[in-house]
Amino acid sequence: MMISARAYGDNGKMKEHHYTGPVEHKFSPYAFNGGTVLAVAGEDFALVASDTRLSEGYSIHSRDSPKCYKLTDTTVIGCSGFHGDCLTLTKIIEARLKMYKHSNNKSMTSGAIAAMLSTILYGKRFFPYYVYNIIGGLDEEGRGAVYSFDPVGSYQRDTYKAGGSASAMLQPLLDNQIGFKNMENVEQLPLTLEKAVQLVKDVFISAAERDVYTGDALKICIITKEGIREEIVPLRKD
Amino acid sequence: MATVSVRQYHRGGFSFENCKRNALLEADINKLGFSSPAARKTGTTICGVVYKDGVVLGADTRATEGMVVADKNCSKIHYISPNVYCCGAGTAADTEMTTQIISSNLELHSLSTGRLPRVATANRMLKQMLFRYQGYIGAALVLGGVDSTGPQLYSIYPHGSTDKLPYVTMGSGSLAAMAVFEDRYKPNMEEEEAKRLVRDAIAAGIFNDLGSGSNIDLCVITKGKVDYLRPHDVANKKGVRTGNYRYKHGTTGVLTKAVTPLNLEVVEESVQTMDTS
Repeated sequence: MMISARAYGDNGKMKEHHYTGPVEHKFSPYAFNGGTVLAVAGEDFALVASDTRLSEGYSIHSRDSPKCYKLTDTTVIGCSGFHGDCLTLTKIIEARLKMYKHSNNKSMTSGAIAAMLSTILYGKRFFPYYVYNIIGGLDEEGRGAVYSFDPVGSYQRDTYKAGGSASAMLQPLLDNQIGFKNMENVEQLPLTLEKAVQLVKDVFISAAERDVYTGDALKICIITKEGIREEIVPLRKD
Repeated sequence: MATVSVRQYHRGGFSFENCKRNALLEADINKLGFSSPAARKTGTTICGVVYKDGVVLGADTRATEGMVVADKNCSKIHYISPNVYCCGAGTAADTEMTTQIISSNLELHSLSTGRLPRVATANRMLKQMLFRYQGYIGAALVLGGVDSTGPQLYSIYPHGSTDKLPYVTMGSGSLAAMAVFEDRYKPNMEEEEAKRLVRDAIAAGIFNDLGSGSNIDLCVITKGKVDYLRPHDVANKKGVRTGNYRYKHGTTGVLTKAVTPLNLEVVEESVQTMDTS
């Protein structure tokens, strides 16, 4: 059998096997840290809920990293996506709230915060904040308000919205239970605070079953005219 | 005049008919706006340990499709022969079919030799098959059993390399499990200690690796006895929902209704319960 000389170099030793040609290693400025956020608006209340797991790839960074951030006495924002951008964005929002308060001598309303966030996000249209935002709060008339955003600032007011990794699992269930979609002959009772809290807990329990990024614990911020109350519920840890 | 037969006789084994088409699709599919279907991987934690009287194999029970849980209680410890079992990580279909093929061939071989199959034989058959497919069969296995030569444990990689070791871990949770083994493994452990060690290694994978979860299955193999403990430990119970989500009759709107009676005779009836929790 003929032996090929291709594997041998000029000095008689075997050639080192190395990768020929350039290999492009692309640096990505983004990471995906998982997490699910949910907001529901009622007649005189609003809920903002999020799980508390922070992950990356197949690992868990933290089991206690909530994604709800309190902005004013009547507004809470939920941010999921890239945690670095979530932290920076909330810092910027808090600074802007202070500036508004100092210039206008009053706190920002939920609607005003939503409009401002839209401009902040669009300001980085060509290097976006990788954050899915949902604002929950009370409007000027004391009714519940939910504003949902995309990463570059498009927003609208909703009654309920799910965002983050398990959003596709939660949103259809909320459409059915809160929006009464695809149901007939059902009494469409207005949503009470107790029913809404129970629904949010159940919906996150189901999301934790099937979405690997959702789990550990659930934090619910309940916004009423009395103020903001928090409830923490344990979820699956696997 | 000879008749031309159109039908190609199925010769068994793998069919490579679609390879050329798949290669073309792979190149063009993104332009068409679709993405090629992903094979389901088990994203797993599996491990094995040799102890005084035999081997203990362990596995979690979560199967994932991307980052969504496809099966909350799948079985990853496969039967090879009465004294040899195999845990599988990687592509679910590959681990299932590969272990079944080798199990079948090993049974025939065992009948031919007239002896109980050896673990080394199963190892040889598995590695020769996986090498032949150059890593395209994505099966990473932990093979363990007890034969006339004693208890043995092997780890088998998709490209066909194998290692014979006293303790092994595979899958996405292998680092978490190996950390536990490296801390607490001792040679010649007692059965309860070995079971506890494997249980804790799989638990480390379940809680710290997102690709692994749900329950812990164990398989204890000794000379003459196999304990297939499924589940050995229900590490994660499903959360209890407080609301009632049953729909009343008439909730789904019926647009039209057409009834066609089928006059059939019931020959056999079998009931299989499903998890409606």
